[in-house]
Amino acid sequence: MSDVTTSTAFVRSVLTEAKAPPKSIVGPWAWARGHLFGSVFDALLTAFGLFLIGWMVWQVLDFAVLRAVWSAENGEACRPEGVGACWPYVGAYWKQFVYGRYPEPERWRATLVFLIFAATLIPLAIPKLPHKRLNALAFFVGMPIASFFLLAGGVFGLEPVETTLWGGLLVTLIVSVVGIVCSLPLGILLALGRRSKLPIIRMICIVTIEFWRGVPLITVLFMASNMLPLFMPAGMEVDKLLRALIGVAIFTSAYLAETIRGGLQAIPKGQYEGAMALGLGYWQMMGLIVMPQALKMVIPGIVNSFISLFKDTTLVLIVSIFDLLGMIQASLADPLWISPVTGKTGYLVAAIVFWVFCFGMSRYSQWMERRLATGHKR
Amino acid sequence: MATKSDGPLDAAPRVVWYNDPLWRGRFFQALTLLAVIAVAWTIVHNTAVNLERRNIAQGFGFLSTTAGFDVAQAAIDFPKDASYGRAILVGLVNTVIVAVSGVIFATIFGFLVGIGRLSHNFVISRLATAYVELLRNIPLLLQIFFWYFAVLGVLPAPRQSLEPIGGWVFINNRGLYLPEFHFGAFAGWGIVGGLVFGLVVSWVIRRWARIRQAETGAQFPSGWVSLGLIAGLPLALFAASGFDLSLVAPRKSTFNLAGGIQVIPELIALVLALSTYTASFIAEVVRAGILAVSHGQTEAARSLGLSHGHTLRLVVIPQAMRVIIPPLTNQYLNLTKNSSLAVAIAYPDLVSVGGIVLNQSGQAIEVIVIWMAIYLGTSVATALIMNVYNQRMAIVER
Repeated sequence: MSDVTTSTAFVRSVLTEAKAPPKSIVGPWAWARGHLFGSVFDALLTAFGLFLIGWMVWQVLDFAVLRAVWSAENGEACRPEGVGACWPYVGAYWKQFVYGRYPEPERWRATLVFLIFAATLIPLAIPKLPHKRLNALAFFVGMPIASFFLLAGGVFGLEPVETTLWGGLLVTLIVSVVGIVCSLPLGILLALGRRSKLPIIRMICIVTIEFWRGVPLITVLFMASNMLPLFMPAGMEVDKLLRALIGVAIFTSAYLAETIRGGLQAIPKGQYEGAMALGLGYWQMMGLIVMPQALKMVIPGIVNSFISLFKDTTLVLIVSIFDLLGMIQASLADPLWISPVTGKTGYLVAAIVFWVFCFGMSRYSQWMERRLATGHKR
Repeated sequence: MATKSDGPLDAAPRVVWYNDPLWRGRFFQALTLLAVIAVAWTIVHNTAVNLERRNIAQGFGFLSTTAGFDVAQAAIDFPKDASYGRAILVGLVNTVIVAVSGVIFATIFGFLVGIGRLSHNFVISRLATAYVELLRNIPLLLQIFFWYFAVLGVLPAPRQSLEPIGGWVFINNRGLYLPEFHFGAFAGWGIVGGLVFGLVVSWVIRRWARIRQAETGAQFPSGWVSLGLIAGLPLALFAASGFDLSLVAPRKSTFNLAGGIQVIPELIALVLALSTYTASFIAEVVRAGILAVSHGQTEAARSLGLSHGHTLRLVVIPQAMRVIIPPLTNQYLNLTKNSSLAVAIAYPDLVSVGGIVLNQSGQAIEVIVIWMAIYLGTSVATALIMNVYNQRMAIVER
């Protein structure tokens, strides 16, 4: 019996090698068929897309590199037909793009402000680094105060510099940072007020938030520059930049309030109940339990608000404050450099600067979102 | 240990009145209200004093004063002696023109890009991603400047106009010139009447078909019938009139073009910039909406035997739209508010015309109140409509 079984039956003792998947499913060819030309329509789309990409890359390359003018004393070389980007114009003007009309010998102060800004912001943005509380204090309180005294001068033997001379990237940064720093506490208060159980406070906050969210920033800036002086006691002058800053801060706080409210709503009710059961009062509960969690959760939202604020700072040029775009726009009127391509070159530079900042921040916010997506998911 | 409790459990807790939440709430609310009233009163008082000192009249009486300036684009009648009020009305109409055309283009473009980002086609999805990342990270004002000064500003003068459709369409640095359409009376009314009739009848047919399908399961090709009614009826009537249409092309004169419809470059730049910029946001909204419909829905629909088209139309799109529409309206509102950037390139919209009125008459408060009232009114009205919509569309749960 045993002889028979051993001789006739075949029992595999070793697994066969897995067969390679068919050629039509794996490999670059299959990938291309799935993603590039699965059907006639797909192939047409691919061809169209490739053509579009090629055309655009060529346009930019041709304008910015191949046909560009690299060195010239003035705009003469950029005026002939068919010439590309006028880089010497950027070379002559880039300091104005960064500092505006800030007096030449005092520009180190503005540079120092940029450095302080970077030194307080970068460690704050890296979650691994310690002393977040101290760091946040330095960024939200120390940095603005130090920057103000550095830039405005008039103390410690620093030459006073009027705000009308401030400009370029410096003002872009000032408006956006002051906007976010001032609007954050205001936004927190408005968000808390909107979720308050006290009807009058809730009403006031809702009306405030919805009002500022409902009107365009330009009208807010016009209001700040035209109406704010009327609101002040007779004879009191408000600096033009300060007016714009007030407008921007109030406007942003309404948007931030909504972002923060989203965070507050995402905190499970148990957290509130737990805090109350511990006998904490309202401000203790909010300050120690709810806000730390809610704010952490809305960091991406706050960064997104900052991105739109950063883009919106360009609007201050309409109330004649010269931010980066304003400086470029003003420099285009210079007869020395006037040419058909000067405008395109200037806008290209502005676009690159804004894009690098905004894209970097949006990537950061996405990264934070993934990092924070561990908490209250249910 | 305490054999006797201090009192019945259901009695109100003994709290000193100033620790009672009710009274504290009332106290702080009263305080806030007082503070708000005090600030408001100070502002009103200061403003009144300042206005008096500067000899500026108050009130909206200035609206009937003669404006004395011209606007580059007036869709409604704007005579030489028109009033400030009329000028602001012209601006409002121009804002509506920009907003409506911007919304239409942004929607088409945004949906295309948003669907493109989800495409299986590698090139197309990357192209759409690049579009979104590029456009939404560059300030809108910069984009408006780019289109207006760097693209449209360097177009040739009217005499050297570009003619994409020779003799009919002209493009130059004064804008886009299109031929005027003159329909004969029968053709014109036929087209309008046919369109309206087609829309009404196809709505009725769709309703009837849906009810019949729900009751009997029998299907009716309402899509094709509606298409035939809406597109075919006006066309048939137009044909019946013997294609009674005359086109008046713009003609070149010494320095300019005469006749035809002129679209000013400010409007082109603004609509281009607004719609391409907003499209990048709409694309993200659309993508998020489609991704929000879980894959199980598609699989379930397919296993019920629905075709690919039916799955999309009956299962995926209705659910995606529920997610898409609220943020989409937000984008439309943003576009409308952003159209106020027109002032930077002097397109005569509400803010731009209002700015001229503000500078000429000095009536800053009144002009700004008019602006804010109009934009706020639009926002609030949209928000109310959206609330009703959301309540109707909300998923009915147990």
